[in-house]
Amino acid sequence: MAGIIEIENLSKQYGSGTKALSDVSLSIEEGEIIALLGPNGAGKTTLISIICGLVVPTGGSVRVGGHDIATDWRAARRLIGLVPQEIALEPFETVMNSVRFTRGLYGEGRDDAWIEQVLRSLALWGKRDAATKELSGGMKRRVLIAKALSHKPKVLFLDEPTAGVDVALRREMWQVVEQLRRDGVTIILTTHYLEEAEEMADRVGVIDRGRLVLVKPTAELMGEFGRKTLTIELDAPLTRIPDRLDGRGLRLAADGRALAYDYDTRAERTGIARLLGDLAAEGVTVRDVSTRQSNLEEIFMTLVSETRQEVTA
Amino acid sequence: MSAINWPGVWAIFHHEMMRFFRTIMQSLLSPVVSTVLYFVVFGAAIGGRIQSVDGVPYGAFIVPGLMMLTVLQQSVSNASFGIYFPKFSGTIYEYLVSPVGWIEVTAGFVGAAAAKAILIALVILLTSFGFVGVQIAHPFWMLGFLFLTALAFSLLGFIIGLWAKSFEQLQIVPMMVITPLVFLGGAFYSASMLPPFWEGVAKLNPVLYLISGFRWSFFGLADVPVGVSLFAVMLMIGVCFGIIRWIFATGWRLRE
Repeated sequence: MAGIIEIENLSKQYGSGTKALSDVSLSIEEGEIIALLGPNGAGKTTLISIICGLVVPTGGSVRVGGHDIATDWRAARRLIGLVPQEIALEPFETVMNSVRFTRGLYGEGRDDAWIEQVLRSLALWGKRDAATKELSGGMKRRVLIAKALSHKPKVLFLDEPTAGVDVALRREMWQVVEQLRRDGVTIILTTHYLEEAEEMADRVGVIDRGRLVLVKPTAELMGEFGRKTLTIELDAPLTRIPDRLDGRGLRLAADGRALAYDYDTRAERTGIARLLGDLAAEGVTVRDVSTRQSNLEEIFMTLVSETRQEVTA
Repeated sequence: MSAINWPGVWAIFHHEMMRFFRTIMQSLLSPVVSTVLYFVVFGAAIGGRIQSVDGVPYGAFIVPGLMMLTVLQQSVSNASFGIYFPKFSGTIYEYLVSPVGWIEVTAGFVGAAAAKAILIALVILLTSFGFVGVQIAHPFWMLGFLFLTALAFSLLGFIIGLWAKSFEQLQIVPMMVITPLVFLGGAFYSASMLPPFWEGVAKLNPVLYLISGFRWSFFGLADVPVGVSLFAVMLMIGVCFGIIRWIFATGWRLRE
Protein backbone atom coordinates (compact mmCIF):
# COMPACT_ATOMS: atom_id res chain seq x y z
CA MET A 1 0.00 0.00 0.00
CA ALA A 2 1.27 3.46 -0.89
CA GLY A 3 2.31 5.67 2.01
CA ILE A 4 0.62 8.96 2.81
CA ILE A 5 3.77 10.64 1.49
CA GLU A 6 5.67 9.17 -1.45
CA ILE A 7 8.91 10.92 -2.37
CA GLU A 8 10.68 9.72 -5.52
CA ASN A 9 14.14 10.76 -6.68
CA LEU A 10 13.74 14.25 -5.30
CA SER A 11 16.53 16.71 -6.10
CA LYS A 12 17.11 20.39 -5.58
CA GLN A 13 19.92 22.47 -6.98
CA TYR A 14 19.88 26.19 -6.23
CA GLY A 15 20.76 28.83 -8.82
CA SER A 16 24.13 29.30 -7.11
CA GLY A 17 24.95 25.68 -8.00
CA THR A 18 24.55 24.37 -4.44
CA LYS A 19 23.03 20.91 -4.48
CA ALA A 20 20.73 20.82 -1.47
CA LEU A 21 19.09 17.44 -2.19
CA SER A 22 20.27 14.52 -4.31
CA ASP A 23 17.93 11.79 -5.47
CA VAL A 24 15.99 11.38 -2.22
CA SER A 25 13.31 8.68 -2.14
CA LEU A 26 11.19 7.95 0.92
CA SER A 27 7.79 6.49 1.74
CA ILE A 28 6.04 7.61 4.93
CA GLU A 29 3.19 5.56 6.35
CA GLU A 30 0.01 7.12 7.69
CA GLY A 31 0.10 7.64 11.44
CA GLU A 32 3.83 7.24 11.92
CA ILE A 33 6.28 9.72 13.38
CA ILE A 34 9.49 10.05 11.44
CA ALA A 35 12.43 12.16 12.57
CA LEU A 36 14.85 13.61 10.05
CA LEU A 37 18.29 14.06 11.49
CA GLY A 38 21.26 15.77 9.98
CA PRO A 39 23.84 18.46 10.55
CA ASN A 40 23.19 22.10 9.62
CA GLY A 41 22.78 22.51 5.88
CA ALA A 42 22.22 18.78 5.35
CA GLY A 43 18.99 19.36 3.40
CA LYS A 44 16.33 18.61 6.04
CA THR A 45 14.55 21.95 5.77
CA THR A 46 14.84 21.92 1.97
CA LEU A 47 13.09 18.54 1.91
CA ILE A 48 10.25 19.80 4.12
CA SER A 49 10.04 23.07 2.20
CA ILE A 50 9.61 21.25 -1.11
CA ILE A 51 6.81 19.02 0.22
CA CYS A 52 5.01 22.02 1.73
CA GLY A 53 5.35 24.20 -1.38
CA LEU A 54 7.93 26.74 -0.24
CA VAL A 55 10.67 25.51 -2.57
CA VAL A 56 10.35 24.21 -6.13
CA PRO A 57 12.34 21.00 -6.75
CA THR A 58 14.62 20.62 -9.77
CA GLY A 59 13.88 16.90 -10.13
CA GLY A 60 11.73 14.06 -8.85
CA SER A 61 8.19 14.00 -7.51
CA VAL A 62 6.22 14.05 -4.26
CA ARG A 63 2.70 12.76 -3.66
CA VAL A 64 0.76 13.56 -0.51
CA GLY A 65 -2.32 11.42 0.04
CA GLY A 66 -2.04 10.43 -3.62
CA HIS A 67 -1.99 14.06 -4.84
CA ASP A 68 1.04 15.31 -6.75
CA ILE A 69 2.37 18.50 -5.10
CA ALA A 70 3.06 20.09 -8.50
CA THR A 71 -0.02 19.23 -10.54
CA ASP A 72 -2.62 18.76 -7.78
CA TRP A 73 -1.13 21.20 -5.28
CA ARG A 74 -4.37 22.48 -3.78
CA ALA A 75 -5.53 19.01 -2.75
CA ALA A 76 -2.04 18.07 -1.53
CA ARG A 77 -1.65 21.21 0.57
CA ARG A 78 -5.04 20.78 2.22
CA LEU A 79 -3.64 17.63 3.84
CA ILE A 80 -0.56 19.34 5.24
CA GLY A 81 0.13 21.51 8.28
CA LEU A 82 3.52 23.18 8.77
CA VAL A 83 5.10 24.44 11.98
CA PRO A 84 8.10 26.47 10.81
CA GLN A 85 11.42 26.69 12.56
CA GLU A 86 11.24 30.46 13.10
CA ILE A 87 8.45 31.91 15.22
CA ALA A 88 6.51 34.02 12.73
CA LEU A 89 3.26 35.55 13.98
CA GLU A 90 1.43 38.81 13.41
CA PRO A 91 2.20 40.61 16.68
CA PHE A 92 -1.08 42.53 17.06
CA GLU A 93 -3.42 39.69 16.14
CA THR A 94 -5.18 37.70 18.86
CA VAL A 95 -4.54 33.98 19.21
CA MET A 96 -8.13 33.12 18.23
CA ASN A 97 -8.17 35.33 15.13
CA SER A 98 -4.75 34.14 14.07
CA VAL A 99 -5.88 30.49 14.15
CA ARG A 100 -9.20 31.33 12.46
CA PHE A 101 -7.29 33.13 9.70
CA THR A 102 -5.13 30.10 8.94
CA ARG A 103 -8.19 27.86 8.81
CA GLY A 104 -9.74 30.26 6.29
CA LEU A 105 -6.62 30.17 4.10
CA TYR A 106 -7.07 26.41 3.82
CA GLY A 107 -10.55 26.94 2.42
CA GLU A 108 -12.37 25.79 5.54
CA GLY A 109 -15.42 27.51 6.97
CA ARG A 110 -15.46 28.93 10.48
CA ASP A 111 -15.49 26.22 13.16
CA ASP A 112 -14.92 27.77 16.57
CA ALA A 113 -15.72 24.51 18.37
CA TRP A 114 -12.76 22.80 16.66
CA ILE A 115 -10.48 25.77 17.31
CA GLU A 116 -11.51 25.72 20.98
CA GLN A 117 -10.62 22.02 21.13
CA VAL A 118 -7.20 22.68 19.56
CA LEU A 119 -6.46 25.63 21.82
CA ARG A 120 -7.52 23.70 24.92
CA SER A 121 -5.33 20.74 23.99
CA LEU A 122 -2.38 23.13 23.66
CA ALA A 123 -3.22 24.95 26.93
CA LEU A 124 -3.89 28.17 25.00
CA TRP A 125 -7.62 28.59 25.56
CA GLY A 126 -7.04 31.04 28.41
CA LYS A 127 -4.95 33.18 26.06
CA ARG A 128 -7.36 33.14 23.13
CA ASP A 129 -8.00 36.90 23.28
CA ALA A 130 -4.40 37.88 23.96
CA ALA A 131 -2.34 39.49 21.21
CA THR A 132 0.43 37.13 20.14
CA LYS A 133 3.09 39.71 21.04
CA GLU A 134 2.06 39.32 24.69
CA LEU A 135 2.84 35.60 24.77
CA SER A 136 5.96 33.81 25.95
CA GLY A 137 8.21 32.03 23.44
CA GLY A 138 6.76 28.64 24.33
CA MET A 139 3.20 29.86 23.92
CA LYS A 140 4.02 31.40 20.56
CA ARG A 141 5.39 28.07 19.40
CA ARG A 142 2.17 26.39 20.54
CA VAL A 143 0.16 29.00 18.62
CA LEU A 144 2.10 27.97 15.51
CA ILE A 145 1.09 24.36 16.17
CA ALA A 146 -2.54 25.42 16.70
CA LYS A 147 -2.48 27.28 13.37
CA ALA A 148 -1.00 24.25 11.64
CA LEU A 149 -3.77 22.06 13.10
CA SER A 150 -6.60 24.50 12.40
CA HIS A 151 -7.74 22.73 9.21
CA LYS A 152 -7.36 19.17 10.60
CA PRO A 153 -4.34 18.13 8.50
CA LYS A 154 -3.46 14.47 8.03
CA VAL A 155 0.25 15.27 7.93
CA LEU A 156 2.08 17.66 10.25
CA PHE A 157 5.59 18.94 9.62
CA LEU A 158 7.50 20.18 12.63
CA ASP A 159 10.72 21.93 11.64
CA GLU A 160 12.97 22.00 14.69
CA PRO A 161 9.99 22.27 17.07
CA THR A 162 12.07 22.66 20.20
CA ALA A 163 14.99 24.68 18.86
CA GLY A 164 16.09 27.19 21.46
CA VAL A 165 13.52 26.26 24.09
CA ASP A 166 14.24 25.16 27.65
CA VAL A 167 14.10 21.57 28.86
CA ALA A 168 10.68 21.92 30.53
CA LEU A 169 9.13 23.30 27.37
CA ARG A 170 10.77 20.62 25.27
CA ARG A 171 9.09 17.97 27.43
CA GLU A 172 5.82 19.85 27.03
CA MET A 173 6.22 19.75 23.23
CA TRP A 174 6.89 16.04 23.33
CA GLN A 175 3.60 15.57 25.17
CA VAL A 176 1.81 17.56 22.47
CA VAL A 177 3.35 15.38 19.77
CA GLU A 178 2.39 12.24 21.69
CA GLN A 179 -1.21 13.47 21.82
CA LEU A 180 -1.16 14.11 18.06
CA ARG A 181 0.17 10.60 17.48
CA ARG A 182 -2.79 9.24 19.45
CA ASP A 183 -5.08 11.32 17.24
CA GLY A 184 -3.62 9.56 14.19
CA VAL A 185 -1.71 12.51 12.70
CA THR A 186 1.35 11.58 10.64
CA ILE A 187 4.28 13.64 11.88
CA ILE A 188 7.54 14.47 10.17
CA LEU A 189 9.95 16.36 12.36
CA THR A 190 13.46 17.65 11.94
CA THR A 191 15.56 18.09 14.99
CA HIS A 192 19.02 18.76 16.26
CA TYR A 193 18.14 17.12 19.56
CA LEU A 194 18.77 13.47 18.93
CA GLU A 195 17.24 12.69 22.28
CA GLU A 196 14.02 14.06 20.82
CA ALA A 197 14.06 11.65 17.90
CA GLU A 198 14.92 8.78 20.22
CA GLU A 199 12.03 9.69 22.50
CA MET A 200 9.31 10.26 19.91
CA ALA A 201 10.07 8.84 16.48
CA ASP A 202 8.97 5.47 15.11
CA ARG A 203 11.59 5.80 12.40
CA VAL A 204 14.69 7.89 11.94
CA GLY A 205 15.99 9.21 8.63
CA VAL A 206 19.53 10.50 8.48
CA ILE A 207 20.30 13.19 5.90
CA ASP A 208 23.83 14.30 5.19
CA ARG A 209 24.97 16.59 2.37
CA GLY A 210 21.61 16.32 0.61
CA ARG A 211 21.50 12.53 0.59
CA LEU A 212 19.21 10.32 2.62
CA VAL A 213 21.88 8.15 4.17
CA LEU A 214 19.60 5.77 6.02
CA VAL A 215 16.02 5.24 7.20
CA LYS A 216 15.33 2.71 9.94
CA PRO A 217 12.96 2.07 12.82
CA THR A 218 14.42 3.87 15.83
CA ALA A 219 14.67 0.74 17.99
CA GLU A 220 16.31 -1.25 15.20
CA LEU A 221 18.80 1.52 14.58
CA MET A 222 19.68 1.69 18.24
CA GLY A 223 20.13 -2.06 18.41
CA GLU A 224 22.06 -2.35 15.18
CA PHE A 225 24.41 0.55 15.51
CA GLY A 226 24.47 0.89 19.26
CA ARG A 227 27.76 0.52 21.06
CA LYS A 228 27.59 -0.51 24.64
CA THR A 229 29.82 0.30 27.54
CA LEU A 230 30.46 -2.37 30.15
CA THR A 231 31.31 -0.94 33.57
CA ILE A 232 33.09 -3.34 35.93
CA GLU A 233 33.08 -2.34 39.58
CA LEU A 234 36.04 -3.73 41.47
CA ASP A 235 36.22 -5.01 45.04
CA ALA A 236 39.59 -3.39 45.67
CA PRO A 237 40.98 -0.36 43.86
CA LEU A 238 43.69 -0.74 41.21
CA THR A 239 46.59 1.65 40.77
CA ARG A 240 47.00 0.73 37.09
CA ILE A 241 45.56 -1.60 34.42
CA PRO A 242 47.28 -5.02 34.62
CA ASP A 243 49.70 -5.76 31.74
CA ARG A 244 47.70 -8.77 30.54
CA LEU A 245 44.67 -6.44 29.92
CA ASP A 246 46.61 -3.71 28.24
CA GLY A 247 45.70 -2.80 24.63
CA ARG A 248 41.97 -3.57 24.90
CA GLY A 249 40.82 0.01 25.31
CA LEU A 250 40.02 -0.37 29.00
CA ARG A 251 39.66 2.82 31.03
CA LEU A 252 40.39 2.94 34.75
CA ALA A 253 38.27 5.26 36.88
CA ALA A 254 40.11 8.03 38.75
CA ASP A 255 39.52 6.30 42.12
CA GLY A 256 40.69 2.96 40.67
CA ARG A 257 37.45 1.22 41.65
CA ALA A 258 35.95 0.70 38.18
CA LEU A 259 36.96 -0.33 34.68
CA ALA A 260 35.05 0.77 31.54
CA TYR A 261 35.05 -1.33 28.36
CA ASP A 262 33.44 -0.25 25.06
CA TYR A 263 32.21 -2.97 22.71
CA ASP A 264 30.24 -3.22 19.50
CA THR A 265 26.97 -5.12 19.80
CA ARG A 266 27.24 -6.03 16.08
CA ALA A 267 30.63 -7.72 16.54
CA GLU A 268 30.79 -11.51 16.40
CA ARG A 269 32.80 -11.56 19.59
CA THR A 270 32.37 -8.81 22.12
CA GLY A 271 35.39 -9.93 24.15
CA ILE A 272 33.49 -9.72 27.44
CA ALA A 273 33.95 -13.36 28.44
CA ARG A 274 37.69 -13.22 27.76
CA LEU A 275 38.02 -9.96 29.66
CA LEU A 276 36.27 -11.31 32.73
CA GLY A 277 38.41 -14.48 32.56
CA ASP A 278 41.62 -12.47 32.37
CA LEU A 279 40.53 -10.30 35.30
CA ALA A 280 39.98 -13.45 37.39
CA ALA A 281 43.37 -14.80 36.29
CA GLU A 282 45.01 -11.54 37.46
CA GLY A 283 43.31 -11.98 40.84
CA VAL A 284 41.08 -8.94 40.38
CA THR A 285 37.76 -9.49 42.16
CA VAL A 286 34.69 -8.11 40.40
CA ARG A 287 31.94 -6.73 42.64
CA ASP A 288 29.36 -5.77 40.01
CA VAL A 289 28.91 -5.22 36.25
CA SER A 290 26.53 -2.95 34.32
CA THR A 291 26.05 -1.93 30.69
CA ARG A 292 24.98 1.32 29.03
CA GLN A 293 23.80 1.64 25.42
CA SER A 294 25.18 4.50 23.35
CA ASN A 295 22.56 7.10 22.50
CA LEU A 296 21.32 8.23 19.11
CA GLU A 297 23.74 11.12 19.03
CA GLU A 298 26.69 8.75 19.12
CA ILE A 299 25.03 6.50 16.53
CA PHE A 300 24.37 9.50 14.32
CA MET A 301 27.97 10.67 14.47
CA THR A 302 29.16 7.15 13.62
CA LEU A 303 26.81 6.93 10.65
CA VAL A 304 27.70 10.30 9.20
CA SER A 305 31.42 9.73 9.51
CA GLU A 306 31.11 6.22 8.02
CA THR A 307 29.15 7.57 5.05
CA ARG A 308 31.58 10.39 4.45
CA GLN A 309 34.49 7.94 4.50
CA GLU A 310 32.68 5.76 1.92
CA VAL A 311 32.05 8.76 -0.33
CA THR A 312 35.68 9.89 -0.03
CA ALA A 313 36.96 6.37 -0.75
CA MET B 1 -13.42 21.32 -5.63
CA SER B 2 -13.84 24.90 -6.83
CA ALA B 3 -10.95 26.25 -8.88
CA ILE B 4 -10.83 29.35 -6.70
CA ASN B 5 -10.45 29.05 -2.94
CA TRP B 6 -13.09 31.65 -2.03
CA PRO B 7 -12.87 31.13 1.75
CA GLY B 8 -9.14 31.80 1.32
CA VAL B 9 -9.85 35.08 -0.49
CA TRP B 10 -12.30 36.09 2.22
CA ALA B 11 -9.82 35.18 4.98
CA ILE B 12 -7.18 37.50 3.51
CA PHE B 13 -9.68 40.28 2.72
CA HIS B 14 -11.25 40.11 6.19
CA HIS B 15 -7.84 39.97 7.88
CA GLU B 16 -6.71 43.12 6.05
CA MET B 17 -9.96 45.00 6.70
CA MET B 18 -9.77 44.15 10.40
CA ARG B 19 -6.35 45.81 10.55
CA PHE B 20 -7.93 48.92 8.99
CA PHE B 21 -10.76 48.95 11.54
CA ARG B 22 -8.35 48.36 14.44
CA THR B 23 -6.81 51.76 13.62
CA ILE B 24 -10.00 53.39 12.34
CA MET B 25 -9.25 56.84 13.77
CA GLN B 26 -5.81 56.95 12.19
CA SER B 27 -7.09 55.39 8.97
CA LEU B 28 -9.93 57.84 8.44
CA LEU B 29 -9.06 60.92 10.44
CA SER B 30 -5.65 61.50 8.91
CA PRO B 31 -6.83 61.77 5.27
CA VAL B 32 -9.84 63.86 6.29
CA VAL B 33 -7.66 66.35 8.17
CA SER B 34 -5.29 66.53 5.19
CA THR B 35 -8.23 67.19 2.87
CA VAL B 36 -9.57 69.95 5.08
CA LEU B 37 -6.14 71.57 4.98
CA TYR B 38 -6.09 71.32 1.18
CA PHE B 39 -9.49 73.00 1.04
CA VAL B 40 -8.26 75.77 3.34
CA VAL B 41 -5.02 76.34 1.41
CA PHE B 42 -6.13 75.72 -2.18
CA GLY B 43 -9.82 76.46 -1.93
CA ALA B 44 -9.81 79.51 0.31
CA ALA B 45 -6.38 81.06 -0.27
CA ILE B 46 -5.78 80.31 -3.96
CA GLY B 47 -9.46 79.97 -4.81
CA GLY B 48 -9.83 83.61 -3.83
CA ARG B 49 -7.63 84.51 -6.80
CA ILE B 50 -8.97 81.87 -9.24
CA GLN B 51 -12.70 82.33 -9.37
CA SER B 52 -13.51 79.42 -11.67
CA VAL B 53 -12.03 76.93 -14.14
CA ASP B 54 -14.10 76.35 -17.26
CA GLY B 55 -17.10 77.70 -15.38
CA VAL B 56 -16.66 75.46 -12.32
CA PRO B 57 -15.91 77.22 -8.98
CA TYR B 58 -12.29 76.49 -8.08
CA GLY B 59 -13.21 74.99 -4.67
CA ALA B 60 -15.46 72.44 -6.38
CA PHE B 61 -12.99 71.92 -9.25
CA ILE B 62 -10.31 70.50 -6.94
CA VAL B 63 -12.63 67.96 -5.26
CA PRO B 64 -12.07 65.16 -7.86
CA GLY B 65 -8.33 65.88 -7.78
CA LEU B 66 -8.24 65.63 -4.00
CA MET B 67 -10.20 62.38 -4.11
CA MET B 68 -7.82 60.99 -6.74
CA LEU B 69 -4.80 62.10 -4.71
CA THR B 70 -6.15 60.22 -1.71
CA VAL B 71 -7.21 57.14 -3.68
CA LEU B 72 -3.80 56.83 -5.32
CA GLN B 73 -1.85 57.34 -2.11
CA GLN B 74 -4.09 55.08 -0.01
CA SER B 75 -4.32 52.32 -2.63
CA VAL B 76 -0.58 52.16 -3.07
CA SER B 77 0.30 52.39 0.62
CA ASN B 78 -2.40 49.94 1.82
CA ALA B 79 -1.61 47.28 -0.76
CA SER B 80 2.17 47.63 -0.53
CA PHE B 81 2.16 47.52 3.28
CA GLY B 82 -0.39 44.70 3.30
CA ILE B 83 1.84 42.25 1.43
CA TYR B 84 5.17 43.63 2.68
CA PHE B 85 4.32 43.15 6.37
CA PRO B 86 3.97 39.32 6.13
CA LYS B 87 7.28 39.28 4.26
CA PHE B 88 8.85 41.38 7.02
CA SER B 89 7.35 39.38 9.90
CA GLY B 90 7.95 36.00 8.24
CA THR B 91 4.25 35.06 8.12
CA ILE B 92 4.39 35.03 4.30
CA TYR B 93 5.08 31.30 4.57
CA GLU B 94 1.41 30.80 5.45
CA TYR B 95 0.30 32.12 2.07
CA LEU B 96 2.88 30.04 0.24
CA VAL B 97 2.09 26.69 1.87
CA SER B 98 -1.70 26.98 1.96
CA PRO B 99 -4.01 26.11 -0.97
CA VAL B 100 -4.26 29.70 -2.20
CA GLY B 101 -2.75 30.70 -5.55
CA TRP B 102 -1.75 34.08 -6.93
CA ILE B 103 -5.34 34.95 -7.83
CA GLU B 104 -6.62 34.42 -4.29
CA VAL B 105 -3.71 36.24 -2.64
CA THR B 106 -3.98 39.17 -5.06
CA ALA B 107 -7.77 39.35 -4.79
CA GLY B 108 -7.61 39.35 -0.97
CA PHE B 109 -4.90 41.98 -0.53
CA VAL B 110 -5.77 44.19 -3.51
CA GLY B 111 -9.51 43.95 -2.85
CA ALA B 112 -9.01 45.11 0.74
CA ALA B 113 -6.62 47.91 -0.24
CA ALA B 114 -9.02 49.17 -2.93
CA ALA B 115 -12.00 48.94 -0.55
CA LYS B 116 -10.19 51.02 2.09
CA ALA B 117 -9.15 53.63 -0.48
CA ILE B 118 -12.69 53.93 -1.89
CA LEU B 119 -14.13 54.24 1.62
CA ILE B 120 -11.72 57.06 2.48
CA ALA B 121 -12.38 58.80 -0.86
CA LEU B 122 -16.12 58.74 -0.19
CA VAL B 123 -15.56 60.18 3.29
CA ILE B 124 -13.52 62.96 1.67
CA LEU B 125 -16.37 63.61 -0.78
CA LEU B 126 -18.77 63.90 2.15
CA THR B 127 -16.32 66.23 3.91
CA SER B 128 -16.09 68.43 0.82
CA PHE B 129 -19.86 68.96 0.90
CA GLY B 130 -19.24 70.95 4.06
CA PHE B 131 -16.98 73.38 2.18
CA VAL B 132 -18.26 73.63 -1.38
CA GLY B 133 -21.31 72.77 -3.40
CA VAL B 134 -20.39 69.78 -5.59
CA GLN B 135 -22.68 68.25 -8.14
CA ILE B 136 -21.93 64.93 -9.76
CA ALA B 137 -22.92 64.85 -13.45
CA HIS B 138 -22.36 61.10 -13.97
CA PRO B 139 -22.59 59.30 -10.59
CA PHE B 140 -22.31 55.83 -12.13
CA TRP B 141 -19.13 56.75 -14.00
CA MET B 142 -17.78 58.49 -10.91
CA LEU B 143 -18.09 55.26 -8.94
CA GLY B 144 -16.75 53.28 -11.90
CA PHE B 145 -13.63 55.46 -12.26
CA LEU B 146 -13.16 55.43 -8.50
CA PHE B 147 -13.28 51.63 -8.43
CA LEU B 148 -11.03 51.12 -11.47
CA THR B 149 -8.45 53.65 -10.29
CA ALA B 150 -8.39 52.18 -6.78
CA LEU B 151 -7.97 48.73 -8.31
CA ALA B 152 -5.19 49.83 -10.68
CA PHE B 153 -3.14 51.55 -7.99
CA SER B 154 -3.75 48.84 -5.43
CA LEU B 155 -2.29 46.40 -7.96
CA LEU B 156 0.68 48.75 -8.40
CA GLY B 157 1.08 48.98 -4.61
CA PHE B 158 0.91 45.21 -4.36
CA ILE B 159 3.79 44.94 -6.86
CA ILE B 160 5.77 47.51 -4.85
CA GLY B 161 5.18 45.49 -1.67
CA LEU B 162 6.31 42.29 -3.37
CA TRP B 163 9.41 44.04 -4.73
CA ALA B 164 10.41 45.93 -1.57
CA LYS B 165 13.12 44.49 0.64
CA SER B 166 12.96 47.26 3.26
CA PHE B 167 10.57 49.84 4.68
CA GLU B 168 12.66 52.50 2.92
CA GLN B 169 11.99 50.91 -0.48
CA LEU B 170 8.34 50.63 0.49
CA GLN B 171 8.14 54.40 1.00
CA ILE B 172 10.31 55.59 -1.83
CA VAL B 173 8.06 54.82 -4.82
CA PRO B 174 4.91 56.45 -3.39
CA MET B 175 6.94 59.44 -2.20
CA MET B 176 9.18 59.97 -5.22
CA VAL B 177 6.86 58.86 -8.04
CA ILE B 178 3.16 58.71 -7.14
CA THR B 179 2.78 62.00 -5.25
CA PRO B 180 4.67 64.11 -7.87
CA LEU B 181 2.68 62.50 -10.68
CA VAL B 182 -0.59 63.37 -8.95
CA PHE B 183 0.43 66.96 -8.29
CA LEU B 184 1.65 67.34 -11.88
CA GLY B 185 -1.33 65.42 -13.25
CA GLY B 186 -3.85 68.21 -12.84
CA ALA B 187 -5.15 67.54 -9.36
CA PHE B 188 -5.40 71.25 -8.70
CA TYR B 189 -5.54 72.73 -12.21
CA SER B 190 -6.66 71.96 -15.73
CA ALA B 191 -3.97 71.03 -18.25
CA SER B 192 -5.56 73.56 -20.59
CA MET B 193 -4.40 76.30 -18.19
CA LEU B 194 -0.76 75.45 -19.05
CA PRO B 195 1.23 76.90 -21.99
CA PRO B 196 0.95 74.58 -25.07
CA PHE B 197 4.44 73.05 -24.58
CA TRP B 198 3.81 72.15 -20.92
CA GLU B 199 0.32 70.94 -21.74
CA GLY B 200 2.01 68.44 -24.12
CA VAL B 201 4.45 67.41 -21.41
CA ALA B 202 1.61 67.02 -18.89
CA LYS B 203 -0.15 64.61 -21.25
CA LEU B 204 2.79 62.22 -20.91
CA ASN B 205 1.77 61.79 -17.28
CA PRO B 206 -0.53 58.73 -17.00
CA VAL B 207 -2.18 60.11 -13.85
CA LEU B 208 -3.53 63.04 -15.87
CA TYR B 209 -5.77 60.61 -17.76
CA LEU B 210 -7.21 59.21 -14.53
CA ILE B 211 -7.88 62.61 -12.98
CA SER B 212 -9.32 63.89 -16.25
CA GLY B 213 -11.75 61.00 -16.56
CA PHE B 214 -12.77 61.30 -12.93
CA ARG B 215 -13.29 65.05 -13.21
CA TRP B 216 -15.40 64.46 -16.31
CA SER B 217 -17.72 62.25 -14.23
CA PHE B 218 -18.26 65.25 -11.91
CA PHE B 219 -18.45 68.23 -14.25
CA GLY B 220 -18.54 66.82 -17.79
CA LEU B 221 -15.14 68.54 -18.39
CA ALA B 222 -12.02 66.66 -19.44
CA ASP B 223 -8.44 67.41 -20.55
CA VAL B 224 -8.43 64.23 -22.67
CA PRO B 225 -11.30 62.19 -24.16
CA VAL B 226 -12.98 60.06 -21.52
CA GLY B 227 -12.54 56.93 -23.63
CA VAL B 228 -8.77 57.47 -23.53
CA SER B 229 -8.94 57.77 -19.73
CA LEU B 230 -10.88 54.52 -19.49
CA PHE B 231 -8.41 52.77 -21.80
CA ALA B 232 -5.46 54.08 -19.76
CA VAL B 233 -6.79 52.70 -16.48
CA MET B 234 -7.76 49.36 -18.04
CA LEU B 235 -4.30 49.07 -19.62
CA MET B 236 -2.67 49.72 -16.28
CA ILE B 237 -4.82 47.04 -14.61
CA GLY B 238 -3.90 44.51 -17.32
CA VAL B 239 -0.16 45.24 -17.14
CA CYS B 240 -0.15 45.01 -13.32
CA PHE B 241 -2.01 41.67 -13.36
CA GLY B 242 0.57 40.35 -15.86
CA ILE B 243 3.49 41.41 -13.65
CA ILE B 244 1.90 39.90 -10.51
CA ARG B 245 1.25 36.62 -12.28
CA TRP B 246 4.89 36.52 -13.39
CA ILE B 247 6.11 37.23 -9.84
CA PHE B 248 4.08 34.35 -8.39
CA ALA B 249 5.00 31.97 -11.23
CA THR B 250 8.72 32.58 -10.80
CA GLY B 251 8.70 33.11 -7.02
CA TRP B 252 10.75 36.31 -7.46
CA ARG B 253 11.15 38.04 -4.06
CA LEU B 254 8.72 35.47 -2.60
CA ARG B 255 10.42 32.09 -2.54
CA GLU B 256 14.03 33.28 -2.52
